[in-house]
Amino acid sequence: MAEHMLDAKGLNCPLPILKAKKMLAGLEPGDVLIIEATDPGSVADFAAFCSQTGNELLESTQEGDVFKFKIKKV
Amino acid sequence: MAEETVADVKKKSMSIIVTKGSLDWAYPPFILATTAAALDFDVTLFFTFYGLALVKKKLDPKFTVLGNAAMEMPMFGTHIAMPNFMAMIPGVDAIAGSMMKKMIKDKGVASLDELREAAILSDVRMIACQMTVDLFEYKREDLIDEIELGGAATYFDIAANCHINLFI
Repeated sequence: MAEHMLDAKGLNCPLPILKAKKMLAGLEPGDVLIIEATDPGSVADFAAFCSQTGNELLESTQEGDVFKFKIKKV
Repeated sequence: MAEETVADVKKKSMSIIVTKGSLDWAYPPFILATTAAALDFDVTLFFTFYGLALVKKKLDPKFTVLGNAAMEMPMFGTHIAMPNFMAMIPGVDAIAGSMMKKMIKDKGVASLDELREAAILSDVRMIACQMTVDLFEYKREDLIDEIELGGAATYFDIAANCHINLFI
């Protein structure tokens, strides 16, 4: 179970989602993708993304202006 | 009865009829199409009338303040309305278009080329309306290779099976 990082800071809708989708496609089931984003809309969007794709949103946190998401690939 | 498996559940799907080809109107269909594809939807875009400009090989959508009655641009720390008569002044549309492009770039918003490429890579199906292709005298080779040609019946054959059908 490997962890992978995606820096989506400075990107706006829908780029963080598109880049996350692309990275997840290359991962093994059980792998975790950690995403950092600055788009405030990404909080609702990554929750919706996981609900639609079945991937598991392990964590959604905020540190300063940066939103951090941990997604486990199904 | 056997338990329902993932394969039994019909895949989510969406179609959008794309009728407009200016810079501002080009964004919604490509944003929605790429995002839906990322959310595992089968997506079809049906380009007709001015929407055909968005599937030309060279993507260069123009911008006009005309008809955008509620448009405001963020300028000088406030919002400046763009009255329709401004469009009569030579160069105003070009300047407003460049301002829009600069704003898009500065704010980390994807370029249209990027979004269209993402749509192609995520297997968004793109259909150009044959009748309007002929009407506006586009040639097949003017359009991107990924485009299919079809008519209203083709659209309905797809839309009848879609969960979401939009018109932009």
